[in-house]
Amino acid sequence: MGEAIVITSGKGGVGKTTTSANVGTALALQGKKVCLVDTDIGLRNLDVVMGLENRIIYDLVDVLEGRCKIHQALVKDKRFEDLLYLLPAAQTSDKTAVTPEQMKILIDELKQDYDYVIIDCPAGIEHGYRNAVAGADKAIVVTTPEVSAVRDADRIIGLLEKEENVESPRLIINRIRNQMMKNGDMLDVDEIATHLSIDLIGIVADDDEVIRASNHGEPIALNPNSKASIAYRNIARRILGESIPLQSLEEDNPGVFSKLKKFFGVK
Amino acid sequence: MKKFQNVTIKGTKDGLTLHLDDSCSYVELKEELDRKLSESSQSREDRLISVHVQVGNRYLTAEQEEEVKDLVRQKKNLVVDSISSNVMTKDEAEKIKRENEIVPVARIVRSGQVLQVPGDLLLVGDVNPGGTVIAGGNIFIMGALKGTAHAGFNGDKQAIIAASIMKPSQIRISDCITRAPDHYQDDEKREMECAYINDLDQITVDRLQVLMHIRPNITRLEGGF
Repeated sequence: MGEAIVITSGKGGVGKTTTSANVGTALALQGKKVCLVDTDIGLRNLDVVMGLENRIIYDLVDVLEGRCKIHQALVKDKRFEDLLYLLPAAQTSDKTAVTPEQMKILIDELKQDYDYVIIDCPAGIEHGYRNAVAGADKAIVVTTPEVSAVRDADRIIGLLEKEENVESPRLIINRIRNQMMKNGDMLDVDEIATHLSIDLIGIVADDDEVIRASNHGEPIALNPNSKASIAYRNIARRILGESIPLQSLEEDNPGVFSKLKKFFGVK
Repeated sequence: MKKFQNVTIKGTKDGLTLHLDDSCSYVELKEELDRKLSESSQSREDRLISVHVQVGNRYLTAEQEEEVKDLVRQKKNLVVDSISSNVMTKDEAEKIKRENEIVPVARIVRSGQVLQVPGDLLLVGDVNPGGTVIAGGNIFIMGALKGTAHAGFNGDKQAIIAASIMKPSQIRISDCITRAPDHYQDDEKREMECAYINDLDQITVDRLQVLMHIRPNITRLEGGF
């Protein structure tokens, strides 16, 4: 029996879908059997980020309305041998087509076959959010170092703490820009972690590669050379229970040129 | 015939005190009260005499209190000043207890959450921005107050708000409201402070230590050193 983890944030655009795709991928890289579930009905895009869009035949609503069996709707990721699957959201219905009770039954069924069920939650705290949380055992809250995102994360943590089936949520701080944080133009990691006072499970630096990779339909976690990829892999290992120190945000291996610039005190 | 009277009238320097017996029936009592007052209300004085009514161990409902007051008032120059009883209902007693007790709460009040208590609130934790705490009495916060706090919710202007870190977005005491400056300086600590309503009817924020002078009644410890 696996566990279901919902990835949520309250605010839109902080990187829930990217995080779901990459944490799922990184868990599969660790040899776990993973199923990604997109609950953003009407605005699905986890399939796009995973590069699986053109293989979708049935979707979540089809399963719940009995038009197909679960295994028919699951899209297999060819990059992994039978380890990573996606249950896509419907694009034609809206979020009220599904009830939290139905979702719970569905997720419980998926947990039988998979080690991890990663649920990508839609933005907001309405029906879509309740659907996504209904079947979850654990929760990961994604935020960025912006006041508005932290405020919404705070709200969502408050709501998650009321859910009886969900363990106390853990935090990912996404899109960190080291320079801005150093200058004090951005909230820093410690500040956010103490403010929200929940466990920090990972920090991810802002990386152009993430956008490039997701535009190609290839989660960044597959590319071992990027900083963000290592961050996601670390998060996956922390989910598996390993204790790994937080990644340093410093630019490693500065080039000769930047070393020179530093030497001469040029910014 | 009755051996003793159900209603005794005593004169004091503040006016009259009516002692109403608590072992007879209410109807009997009313009749006798009416009779007694009619007999003795022949005084020719014009000034009003205030009357304290003591009902002993009898519980009077609001309706009955009104009836007694009416009875007394019908007699020319008598005015009921107060009715005192040795008993009250459980509900009333519980309400008084609730309004006077300190409720400890250990949690974080997050954005969008509202925590309300009838008495004093002792919060072991933070109030995050967007969160609200409301208390009928004082509010003591052992963490950081960054959201909204409303003390003296039922109109108690003596209520105070104390916090280890005082960076609220809004403070309300009774019907006074004040908001935070638009920006806190980064180096501002705002530690161990309290908010109260000053003589000018405005909310002031000051060091915690001033409380013992301006609100000595916060201390409930009796005796001691």
